[in-house]
Amino acid sequence: MSATALSSSALPGLDSTRFAAHLSQRATLPAWWLETKKAAWNQFLALPLPSRTDENWRFSNLKGLDLEGFDLPEDAPKDIPNHSSFPQTAELVFSNRQLVARSTVPADLAAKGVIFAPLDEALRDHGDLVKQYFQKHPAHLGSAKFVALNTALSASGGFLYVPAGVEVALPFVIQHTLSGANVATFPHTIVVLGPRAKATVVEFFLSGGAATERQLAAGVNDLHAAEGAQLTYVGAQHWSRETLAFQVNSIAVERDARVLALNLHLGGRQSRHESHSRLLGPGAHSEMLALTVASGDREFDQRTLQTHIAPNTTSNLLYKNALLDTAKTIFSGLIIVEPDAQKTDAYQKNRNLMLSDTAEAHSLPGLEIQANDVKCSHGSTSARIDAEQEFYLQARGIAPVEARRLLVSAFFEEVLNKLDDEALHAALTALIASQFKK
Amino acid sequence: MPSLEIRDLFVALAATPDKPIVKGLTLTIRTGEVHAIMGPNGTGKSTLSKAIAGHPDYVITSGDVLLDGKSILEMEPDQRARAGLFLAFQYPSEIPGVSIANFLRAAVQARLAEGEDLDATAYYKHLYSKMDLLKIDRKFTSRSVNEGFSGGEKKRCEILQMAMLEPTFALMDETDSGLDIDALRIVAEGVEAMRGEKLGVMLITHYQRLLDYIVPDFVHVMYDGRIVKSGDKTLALELEAKGYDWVKQELAAAATA
Ligand SMILES: Nc1ncnc2c1ncn2[C@@H]1O[C@H](COP(=O)(O)OP(=O)(O)OP(=O)(O)O)[C@@H](O)[C@H]1O
Ligand SMILES: [Mg+2]
Repeated sequence: MSATALSSSALPGLDSTRFAAHLSQRATLPAWWLETKKAAWNQFLALPLPSRTDENWRFSNLKGLDLEGFDLPEDAPKDIPNHSSFPQTAELVFSNRQLVARSTVPADLAAKGVIFAPLDEALRDHGDLVKQYFQKHPAHLGSAKFVALNTALSASGGFLYVPAGVEVALPFVIQHTLSGANVATFPHTIVVLGPRAKATVVEFFLSGGAATERQLAAGVNDLHAAEGAQLTYVGAQHWSRETLAFQVNSIAVERDARVLALNLHLGGRQSRHESHSRLLGPGAHSEMLALTVASGDREFDQRTLQTHIAPNTTSNLLYKNALLDTAKTIFSGLIIVEPDAQKTDAYQKNRNLMLSDTAEAHSLPGLEIQANDVKCSHGSTSARIDAEQEFYLQARGIAPVEARRLLVSAFFEEVLNKLDDEALHAALTALIASQFKK
Repeated sequence: MPSLEIRDLFVALAATPDKPIVKGLTLTIRTGEVHAIMGPNGTGKSTLSKAIAGHPDYVITSGDVLLDGKSILEMEPDQRARAGLFLAFQYPSEIPGVSIANFLRAAVQARLAEGEDLDATAYYKHLYSKMDLLKIDRKFTSRSVNEGFSGGEKKRCEILQMAMLEPTFALMDETDSGLDIDALRIVAEGVEAMRGEKLGVMLITHYQRLLDYIVPDFVHVMYDGRIVKSGDKTLALELEAKGYDWVKQELAAAATA
């Protein structure tokens, strides 16, 4: 496999020697974990890169999926950009795959059994719990090779466990930062809410240093909401302009549970996001939301799957893209209603706001219904930004980029308003605004 | 003294540049002056005001517009606005999702120097005082710009913006249309309060009743893309009494003479 062959590149790259070194540094972790990693490494080597004939990669820039020359970062700078602050319960900060800062869980929550720890620490201290949920419901949307690479080399990421009946108001925050040229990171976050538990998790993916450095990020997360639990997950991606990014998101929603996942996509050169929701028990609801500011010549590639397995389940997907310059977005979504999932309500909507005539938005909605008593709809719309509104704002002295920021914020508001946490809402609005600086 | 000088201006739709709508219009407005422009429907009044503000639908095929002696034609609409121009729209846009507060805040912020941050407390205080003056409910600040506003509310909101942004020259396009008697008085009083040595106004209207409140220094009749008659406030009264046919007949007589 080409990913192992390295010679001309200045960096040794992600080869088997690197993997062996990575593994040996983790010798004290549970044996099942080390075996899982070994198997994943072999799977990574064995799996081909996506090809033109692969339906899951339709419209994607396959040439951009070049893993050559990336390596694991050696040092972990502490002087890294921070997301704007908002009230939180606890935070984990990773810089170049290493934990550089953390705030611990308040004593009262810890006493109730809340665990919030870096993945490696959780593997050491709560190995069985991690094992129970690690990739329990893997997403099947085309990135198996990159998920395997993530499992093989993951070192950073958070593990959150909120036991039955415990409600936590303020968010748990996990920040991943990558600094340096040709460096790679493989974050894996696992969130487990017990029955009737309630929590919010916010994960930031940010690049430090020069915005133009070539970087690789392949992240995975497993979100589980047990019976009656309520989980809000926000992922905010603002990688450097030259980052190749993959993020694979798996959501498992049990009886009467509710998961809201909102992913914000701002950075990267080519950013692939896969999200797979499974409605496992009656009354389960999954709210799948995404906001993308696609600017420059970036590509944002979003693939989703809403699988309704149990009856009386609902899911609602709303992905909004604002496209500028020569950016390209791909949305491909599928709703599968399995034979037992009667009385399913499933919605899927992709809306594109075109701020440029040279941007490209592809939309591939799909339905696969095997039950007969269901309500499903899907649709996609693309609309040009309203020239009269733009002029009205400019006629008040508002510069064109600021006018566009206001109009894009207005377009996004419907999604951001689904967040109850106003401070978090404001922090995300500020992050979006940063894309509209001259 | 600051001036807005419109010199032999020709304006056409960008799509049909060879078919002028405004056809050689000349007018100079100085601060301290109110010029009323009256004229039949479709004569080019809105076209004139939007073209001066820099609306992209229109092209200026010849002539010039000068603000304090400098041409503004190369300036973007937002630059023109920051240079002191204000267009009160005949049909203000609705902008769902952008609140009045955020919108005006962005407009005020745009006038501050680079790096200077708006003082939010002072801003709200200022905003509320202007809203009170125009009898606009303070709750409007959180409503989306013009969305679901009645015709009169939209016009009042235009005046609120003008009051907040303190332009040197205001082009007011039928700010009186759609207003009931009480709203008309409130709007007119709002404009009168701003009137003075620092403001020049071009007031486009069809009705004398507005001019009862905002008494113009000059009245111009616009017909077929140009100003065909100018006078003082009595011209408006004469128009009200005799209608535009009177002007048309005069023009026809002049043409055959
Ligand atoms: N954007 C446009 N697209 C098509 N035609 C236009 C446009 N703008 C102006 N026109 C045409 O140009 C002419 C002048 O229109 P304008 O709106 O300037 O008139 P007006 O004097 O403001 O009329 P009113 O008193 O009815 O407001 C009309 O024939 C109108 O249809
Ligand atoms: Mg008009």
